[in-house]
Amino acid sequence: MTDAQANQSSADGAGQDTVWVQEVHFIDSVPRWIAMSAVFLVFIACWQIVTSFELVSPIILPSPLETLEDMIFVGQNLLTGGYMLGALWITFKEVIYGFALAIALGFSLGILVGETAFGEKAVMPYLVAIDTMPKVAFAPLFVAWLGFGIESKVALAAFIATFPIVVGTAAGLHAADENARMLFKTMGASRLQTLFKMKLPTGLPQIFTGLKIGAVGVMAGAITGEFLGGGKGFGELIRVAASQLNTPRVFSLILYLSLVGLAVYATVTWTQRKVVFWHKERVGGDDH
Amino acid sequence: MTAAFAQDSSGAPKGAPVYELTNVSKTYARNLVVALEDVSLTLRKGSFTSVIGSSGCGKSTLLKIMAGLIPPTKGRVVLQEKPVTGPRHDIGMMFQQATLFPWKTAAENIVLPIEIRDGKAAAQKAIESAHELLEMVGLEGFENVYPNELSGGMAQRAAICRMLITEPAVLLLDEPFSALDELSRDMMNMELQRICREQHATAFLVTHSIQEAVILSDDIVVMKPRPGRLAEIIEVDLPRPRTLDMMTTPKFGEIVDHIRGLLDKGEDM
Repeated sequence: MTDAQANQSSADGAGQDTVWVQEVHFIDSVPRWIAMSAVFLVFIACWQIVTSFELVSPIILPSPLETLEDMIFVGQNLLTGGYMLGALWITFKEVIYGFALAIALGFSLGILVGETAFGEKAVMPYLVAIDTMPKVAFAPLFVAWLGFGIESKVALAAFIATFPIVVGTAAGLHAADENARMLFKTMGASRLQTLFKMKLPTGLPQIFTGLKIGAVGVMAGAITGEFLGGGKGFGELIRVAASQLNTPRVFSLILYLSLVGLAVYATVTWTQRKVVFWHKERVGGDDH
Repeated sequence: MTAAFAQDSSGAPKGAPVYELTNVSKTYARNLVVALEDVSLTLRKGSFTSVIGSSGCGKSTLLKIMAGLIPPTKGRVVLQEKPVTGPRHDIGMMFQQATLFPWKTAAENIVLPIEIRDGKAAAQKAIESAHELLEMVGLEGFENVYPNELSGGMAQRAAICRMLITEPAVLLLDEPFSALDELSRDMMNMELQRICREQHATAFLVTHSIQEAVILSDDIVVMKPRPGRLAEIIEVDLPRPRTLDMMTTPKFGEIVDHIRGLLDKGEDM
């Protein structure tokens, strides 16, 4: 810094270049993967310390190594097409069907409450009321109505994921500014033209935000449904492992399960980048 | 065109009336606010008219009535001998924001009014005219660029093209360059003058800037607030084409002072 200042002051007279060093934060020069790995290593180290000094019972928290061993076992089972792969496939189907249903419902209801005065006045209050309810509490009802098969899980998953999509779509339809609305009016655009050529494309970023929240909810719904309504999915495997106090197994099952969630989420994000190419998102790891 | 574009000695064009408002009033019944009272004015073919006034003088209401966005409570609003009873294709409009849609290229944005009116196929055919308009406003080669990559001034140029693509009889300009920095704004105003002259356009500008009104207009409508009404219509007899240098002439200063006087009086009430 003193060097730089000296350089600067001598520059006025002698016609030298005014070269000085701008302060750079260390973290700005670190690649993301290194920073992330560092956090991961610290986490594993803490975990190892807690288990090796037996700060908590090994039944409650297995060591990282035990967990890794079990993860390898589960991974082999999945890769060789074992019973776990079948369970994962069932859960995957529940998630996909649930999400598709939620998108169809959420999008339709979102347009109803976002575009029509009737929907906003008469339907929206009910949606808000239902949304504030603890939705997983409906699981026993869905089981009673639809049985122990995947239908009840699909229903719960869709039920949870629908609301963020409704909210995202409705908010998206309100995102267009006054000028854009006026412009479409002056061009003599019909209501449908205004909806499809202006309001919906303008609202796509909000709609995708709703889809992303929905993608997370659909996973939670499917697993909760399996916990409460049985069946042959991955949630059932977790429940059984937990009841046997097989904690490493619970951990590794959750890890593989989260890969499904991640795949769904990534698909939505990828689609968003292709479709909403003009919108640069800055929050939440979308800038890599 | 030239016949209707006869010029008097001062250089101000005196064409046939295109847009006529007669005793137009607007009352918002819900709270009995009189937004506009007894406004009469005539826009002549090829003339440039500005309206200026403090906020609350009803100039936005006036513009919305002229655009067919809201109905007047009283009075006659007649464009090209047909009463304005809603949005019309012979009205072009431009706002403070360019309002280009980011999922469409510059050219696609420009043909949007055609797409809305006549469908996608017609819009595709109009792409050629969009290219010509872009060339006219100095945006040649930007046809396939998305609005995110355009500067504020460039975006407004594209918005001008979009307004012109349907060849409207009147251009309604709602503070079109007020979001730009002053240098770009002066430049865009001169561009606007050139474009209006080339197209023989009849233009109506809402502005907050006295200088802008004087440098661009043939007629300046000064409005008073509460209730919004006409204070005076001033004819600007500076020669055309106007240049930015004219802003330093005594005549320009006189007109600006006169308008400022009128506006200050309005403020006192």
